[in-house]
Amino acid sequence: MDYTPNTDAQLYEMLKAIGVSSFEALIEMVPEPIRQPTLNVPSGLAEAQVIELGEDLAAKNRSLKHVTSFLGAGAYQHLVPTVVDALSARGEWLTPYTPYQAEASQGTLQAIYEFQTMICELLQMDVANASLYDGASSVAEAAVLAFRATERPRILVSEAVHPHARQVLATYLSGTSAMIQEIPTVNGVTDMEALGKALRDDVACVIMQQPNVFGCLEPMAHASELTHRPGALFVASVYPISLGVLQPPGAYGADIAVAEGRCLGSPVAYGGPGLGLFTTTSALLRRIPGRLAGCTVDQAGRRGYTLTLQTREQHIRRERATSNICTNEGWLALRATIFLSLLGPTGLREMAMLSLEKAHYANERLREIPGISAAFDQPFFNEFTLRYSETVDIAKVHRALAKAGFVGGFPLAHWYPTLPHTTLWCVTEVISQDAIDGLIDTLKRMV
Amino acid sequence: MQIPAELLYTKTHEWVKRGANDIVVGITAHAQEELRDVVFIELPKIGKSVKQGEPAAVIESVKAAFDIYAPVSGTISRINDAVAKSPQLVNQDCYGTGWLFAISPSSPDELSALMPSGEYAKQIQVETH
Amino acid sequence: MGIPLIFERSVAGRRGYFLPPSDVPRRDPADVVPQEQLRSTPPPLPEVAEFDVIRHYTKLSQLNFSVDTHFYPLGSCTMKYNPKLNERIAALPGFAWLHPFQPTEHVQGMLALLYELEQLLCAITGMSAFTLQPSAGAQGELTGLKIIAAYHRRKRRTRSTILIPDSAHGTNPASAALSGFSVVQVKSGPDGLIDLKELKQKLTDDVAALMLTNPNTLGLFERQIQEISAMLHAHDALVYMDGANMNALLGIARPGDMGVDLLQLNLHKTFSTPHGGGGPGAGPVGVTKALEDFLPVPRVRKSGKRFVWVERTRGTIGRVHGFYGNVGVLVRAYTYIRTLGREGLVRAGQTAIINANYLKAKLQPTFPVPFNQFCMHEFVVTLKALKAYGVSAGDVAKRLLDYGFYAPTVYFPLIVEEAFMIEPTETESKETLDEFVHALIRIAEEAKSDPELVRRAPKRMVVDRLDEVKAAREPNLRWTTTNKLGAVPKPVGG
Repeated sequence: MDYTPNTDAQLYEMLKAIGVSSFEALIEMVPEPIRQPTLNVPSGLAEAQVIELGEDLAAKNRSLKHVTSFLGAGAYQHLVPTVVDALSARGEWLTPYTPYQAEASQGTLQAIYEFQTMICELLQMDVANASLYDGASSVAEAAVLAFRATERPRILVSEAVHPHARQVLATYLSGTSAMIQEIPTVNGVTDMEALGKALRDDVACVIMQQPNVFGCLEPMAHASELTHRPGALFVASVYPISLGVLQPPGAYGADIAVAEGRCLGSPVAYGGPGLGLFTTTSALLRRIPGRLAGCTVDQAGRRGYTLTLQTREQHIRRERATSNICTNEGWLALRATIFLSLLGPTGLREMAMLSLEKAHYANERLREIPGISAAFDQPFFNEFTLRYSETVDIAKVHRALAKAGFVGGFPLAHWYPTLPHTTLWCVTEVISQDAIDGLIDTLKRMV
Repeated sequence: MQIPAELLYTKTHEWVKRGANDIVVGITAHAQEELRDVVFIELPKIGKSVKQGEPAAVIESVKAAFDIYAPVSGTISRINDAVAKSPQLVNQDCYGTGWLFAISPSSPDELSALMPSGEYAKQIQVETH
Repeated sequence: MGIPLIFERSVAGRRGYFLPPSDVPRRDPADVVPQEQLRSTPPPLPEVAEFDVIRHYTKLSQLNFSVDTHFYPLGSCTMKYNPKLNERIAALPGFAWLHPFQPTEHVQGMLALLYELEQLLCAITGMSAFTLQPSAGAQGELTGLKIIAAYHRRKRRTRSTILIPDSAHGTNPASAALSGFSVVQVKSGPDGLIDLKELKQKLTDDVAALMLTNPNTLGLFERQIQEISAMLHAHDALVYMDGANMNALLGIARPGDMGVDLLQLNLHKTFSTPHGGGGPGAGPVGVTKALEDFLPVPRVRKSGKRFVWVERTRGTIGRVHGFYGNVGVLVRAYTYIRTLGREGLVRAGQTAIINANYLKAKLQPTFPVPFNQFCMHEFVVTLKALKAYGVSAGDVAKRLLDYGFYAPTVYFPLIVEEAFMIEPTETESKETLDEFVHALIRIAEEAKSDPELVRRAPKRMVVDRLDEVKAAREPNLRWTTTNKLGAVPKPVGG
């Protein structure tokens, strides 16, 4: 099946109007030896067949509707209000182009302006852009900004920043003269003494995550203050839902604050698409990558919105652009705007509190099980690290959990070889007390 | 078209005024007319060393960004904070309050490569045809 | 009439969404988190009811043009119909509600889809392998450039230059610079194609690769592509193709057969995934066998009947995405390719080319086509004749909005004066194309008889032309009373 309205009869009529008798005349520019008129892919399908195919493939997956997952590790399952799906499915939100022709895009542009406003308020920062690809590339773009703005080569990153973000950072900075230096952790948080020692005046920025990859709360205010002494920039990578309860990065002096914003109204979706939140202080405005929507007036003095400060971007500055980004994550930004409007300050705090309370409940009950203890003695929000005693076969335990309909915590040895018997657990508002109790019962029976 | 006789000019539409200790640089009336509304100017840092003919600053309109080239080599001695705050000064008074930056020249004989007003007038005449 | 901001509808105490009550013991956050790490004031988000949100965002959406409502003849954007069937499949919980770290036994259907999508893209493009990680075309370019750098590094040499034609999309030089390369421009010849003499001259031993688009942004097929590839390969430099214009090649020719070494596709262009007002997209990168080792990890491998993630390869450039790529977009593209199948894809390519040539033939008497030959899926016209009446291409673009058409790409490519780059795509009907021609011809007449009307356009939208100078000089980027980068905007009606 295909979506071309013009019938063969119409196409022949059009060929006549063009002045040719066959389609081949139109492609004579394409050399014969490389022509390839057939494609080695399966034949097309009717709609009902496509649905069957899609549902069959989907049925081969055990979705979070059918298992209770305690996985976080950078991807967080939160409630998605029905209204977010209903509104964002409208063709007027889903199918427009990037809003370059402002007069025909006032819906999208005003929504971006609202998004920028809400993200600034949530993170307590001065400026937010219209989004970047995801949290990981936002960390990378923050480092690029700091590198160019300070003209200093050294990027300090805590080893407690998500490994995938650190890997994307390394990919982005390869081939430049920037050097990445990792700051070690001690007892689950970044080693402030090591950070202090590493902070020389060739440092462009310090990147830390809050809560960090282990779920532990970092001393962000202290780190920020240390970072500013030699004139480096402090970059915070944060968890948006946590900001319903935790101190936002603007309050502890972050110069750049980034986040993975998918948890604001979009499903986990196997990790993508994401929603990169990118905010800065007003001093860094001119260096921000990505699009910005600004409020202005039209010729009649009416309020309107337009993309602005575009001279930073690729379509104008080309090789001297602040970034190469063109398409970003507009549709997810819209969903986040609707989500934050629905929840409001009270709803967001409730969602954060439910996550915190359920996580602390689960944490206490898990630690009651013999052989399971806290890996680090640190406060946490909704994610925590547990250590199994060495006699426990983690893989076996997790297989048994899977049979019982649970996905247990993420084994950290995968990322941190010095943490072999350690797992990372996350609880959000979607997990009921019954499910947590069921997990405990199942674990008690095997450990 | 204003082309003050006491100034010197570059092929890339900068004007140069010789001062006691340094030389002041701005863009010509022709250039600001082409640019239309100036919205932002990225000025160099004081103390930065520049080379004749290489980009020293960037001037932006809504839809375009252009390099401003150093007319001589040396170090940046002063920058015009007023124009950084109010870029429209470049459109309003490009030879006066719309000046951009000043250079302490390192090789004073480089000034001989610049054009007097008559020659610059001829150049832009050719360009607009 | 414009619409107030959602913040202006806020009423203290209203809520739009309610959560279930807590079923675990309640806690004072100060008992588990140090006081100084707790938020002291709640974020000033709007307080609105669900129905307020529905009204607001429904009415706001109606201020937009969109593919679902309007023709978007934007060159090099391929604004084709976004099938609703794609949405239905992508929303299935079996795809939408998967955590990226669930055990592989839980996600065999997902991995099968990703694996098969890679195979399909290889078959369509003639490349040997794909990474599905890049989030958009620009990130795909970045990925390609990192691979190019890795290729030369492995051969223990530094090559720091990328050659880019002057007609290239802005992301090309931006991506090259971001990757640490310097850019050397190659001028197009009088026929609008890459000038081989120019290319030969610029092809020094410092050249790492040539980045080109084929067909180029004028809609012309680089007929000497095989010679161009041979020239680059003789220097052991690579050929990167920007696949933004892949819609012209479906069932016509495959980049892999043209000597292309790397290619990024834009799934939100050729493969029908929706633009969303600015993303999400996806920019998978295809490579030849020789470059497969450099692709980002992880990659999906078939092991017997099972699918697994392979986390490490010897030469990988690393990771470009936090997880596996924009999976939701990949599911949509997969659905589209399986829906169209071999016949549908070929028909799409052919119809795209016929639609473009038809539009060109109808417009040509009024608007000169600088490079006048049969085009592929897009073409460029120049509106410079209207300058005599004081009307620019930008003005005509705005007047088109009044006629109910989104404007074509304006002022691009940079090598054509007062350019309109027009790409109809295959999903537009002949009737729509005829209406568009009619509107453009009327506007050309208006330019002569009433130029002010065109210069002041649009007049039928919710706003007139906006003061972009003010927006740039006095940035107002958020609604607030306290921050200098925002201000409380004046009331909607002015």
